[in-house]
Amino acid sequence: MSILSIENLHANVGETEILRGINLKIEPGEVHAVMGPNGSGKSTLSYVLAGRDGYSVTGGSVEFKDKDLLELEADERANEGVFLAFQYPVEVPGVTGMTFLREAYNSRLRYEGRDEADAMEFLKLVRSKAKDLNMSDDMLKRPVNVGFSGGEKKRNEILQMAVLEPKLAILDETDSGLDIDALKLVADGVNALRTSERSMLIITHYQRLLDYIEPDHVHVLAHGQIQRSGGKELALELEANGYAEFFDGKV
Amino acid sequence: MSIDANTAEQVKELEVDKYKYGFVTDIEMETAPKGLNEDIIRFISAKKEEPYWLLEWRLKAYRHWLTMEEPDWAKVGYDKIDYQDLHYYAAPKNIDRPKSLDEVDPELLKTYEKLGIPLKEQELLSGVVAVDAVFDSVSVATTYKAKLTEMGVIFCSISEAVREYPEIVEKYIGSVVPYSDNYFATLNSAVFTDGSFVYIPKGLRCPMELSTYFRINAENTGQFERTLIIADEGAYVSYLEGCTAPQRDENQLHAAVVELVALDNAEIKYSTVQNWYPGDENGKGGIYNFVTKRGACRGENSKISWTQVETGSAVTWKYPSCILQGDNSIGEFYSVAITNNAQQADTGTKMIHLGKNTRSTVISKGISAGRADNTYRGLVKIMPKAEGARNFTQCDSLLIGNKCGAHTVPYIESRNPSARVEHEATTSKISEDQMFYCMQRGLSSEAAVSLIVNGFCKEVMKELPMEFAVEAQKLIGISLEGSVG
Repeated sequence: MSILSIENLHANVGETEILRGINLKIEPGEVHAVMGPNGSGKSTLSYVLAGRDGYSVTGGSVEFKDKDLLELEADERANEGVFLAFQYPVEVPGVTGMTFLREAYNSRLRYEGRDEADAMEFLKLVRSKAKDLNMSDDMLKRPVNVGFSGGEKKRNEILQMAVLEPKLAILDETDSGLDIDALKLVADGVNALRTSERSMLIITHYQRLLDYIEPDHVHVLAHGQIQRSGGKELALELEANGYAEFFDGKV
Repeated sequence: MSIDANTAEQVKELEVDKYKYGFVTDIEMETAPKGLNEDIIRFISAKKEEPYWLLEWRLKAYRHWLTMEEPDWAKVGYDKIDYQDLHYYAAPKNIDRPKSLDEVDPELLKTYEKLGIPLKEQELLSGVVAVDAVFDSVSVATTYKAKLTEMGVIFCSISEAVREYPEIVEKYIGSVVPYSDNYFATLNSAVFTDGSFVYIPKGLRCPMELSTYFRINAENTGQFERTLIIADEGAYVSYLEGCTAPQRDENQLHAAVVELVALDNAEIKYSTVQNWYPGDENGKGGIYNFVTKRGACRGENSKISWTQVETGSAVTWKYPSCILQGDNSIGEFYSVAITNNAQQADTGTKMIHLGKNTRSTVISKGISAGRADNTYRGLVKIMPKAEGARNFTQCDSLLIGNKCGAHTVPYIESRNPSARVEHEATTSKISEDQMFYCMQRGLSSEAAVSLIVNGFCKEVMKELPMEFAVEAQKLIGISLEGSVG
């Protein structure tokens, strides 16, 4: 059974059609990379999957674990196990990372009809997750993303992901704005979270992230459609030749 | 809540159901006829067995009030109040204290349930609230009375204080808010029915939080309570005030006066969680909250700190202030004001610097949602003798949706060149990005708003006593329910 099954997905932002018939299947444990030039619809795909307001689906279907994902609200999708690591993680002033994460974690537990986590237990859980990722949990004492460096923001996303244990993680341009050391650290974190159950959809413009997170499948997105699919070697080909061939002269 | 098991027991014995029906049938109630005149004032004074000086004071206030005009400078709009169409005195004929809480207004119980106050405390609060509603400001303190008295603390209703400690009351009442102060305070001076009185003796750090729950219940009855708190030299007290009101179709008037006096090296911390009924979506039936709160830092090194979380009322008009008279005295004002639907709040503070090296801090957080209007209005005044006075003011406004308004109106007057006055203001919105970020992590839209707003208010919330902070946090969530699509 696929974890995610996207069929002929069309979506608009305002009046403009951005996704024009996407087909994509992801099996448990698989890591898929979606690559594409700017404006190809990569971020739109991630937002549509996560259920952001302002993106209207005009056709097609998305099944997630046999559920109609498009029927669910953003928070329900999250609680079902869809996690989006943001390209630009958002600041929440006055709310510490720990409070934020605990709220998120408890939302999931409530959604599943379970009791909320005890504060001490939760703290232990977070500490051990941070340790697994070789990260400090110090940033959780600060307000969420406020005054964080680019690297800290992305690391924080990965730490949240580790605690929330999603079934499908969508990484939206996680490499953007990172220097090579920060990129490695984040990639190591992501790799540590790869399991035979957890699927990942990595959205990226550049190939370099895929040097560190090796995908099972690579897809090229342009004009709101997947133009080509292949193995990890496709990413290298794109790196060498660029996206020009996918534009067909109609930029 | 700073309420113990004894209180719970005592409250269980209160006759809440009788009081409730008392209002409906009027059988158990003793109510003055509607309207305001000297006879009504004499009636109130006589009912309370007051000394002659107090009656005189009330009458003086009343005569002055007749010459005054209702202020209209605040950025609030409401239908004109017919002061002759109100009852100025309403009380149950006898306040025996037996029976169960089974018939407490379920709406009220629901409110507390919603606030997440545990059942035992819930019973308790309903009880306490009910007691206050009948203008017999029985507060939690009653149970601790023996213990407090032992330490020399006086904590009782102001009526009782007038009878038992007339010399202290006479010395301080009206000394911070004179009877002629402003329209509503003057009206209060003429007709105040009850309220709390606190006196902390020299050198005592009051070991428990003193708290009162105010509640308006009767229909067409204005509530005019008067609170007077005195911290003698070197004393410290933390006082909590909570307010709720039932739903009504008609707007109710609440015009309270609070006076604080801090002598040398004394400190008073006054915290309010105001949750008067805000009215329906159109503001119908909510409380008009026109309150005068003022503290005098009379002694050297004294300190008065106001913390308020304002979530209720249809219209709020309130400026807790500090008069920094003693050298090196400190005034603080921490405020969260939330307005949703058709609520209007015009609130802020006044810091009057008289003494040398006096310092004041103002942190105000205004949150508007729905069609609400929220105004911060503040005055910082440095008088000529206030050498080295300092003020820091920070006003932040948060908007939810695009039909609400936030306004900041700071007045700064400095008459001493050595003074330093700082003012910072920001206005922001809960962004769609923030909402999506929180929801993508599993929070419902309401939980997301509550989290973001609580974060926004953090600097103020941390000033609240722990038990109150939890309640206030939940209140913020509740009062913003339905504010996002």
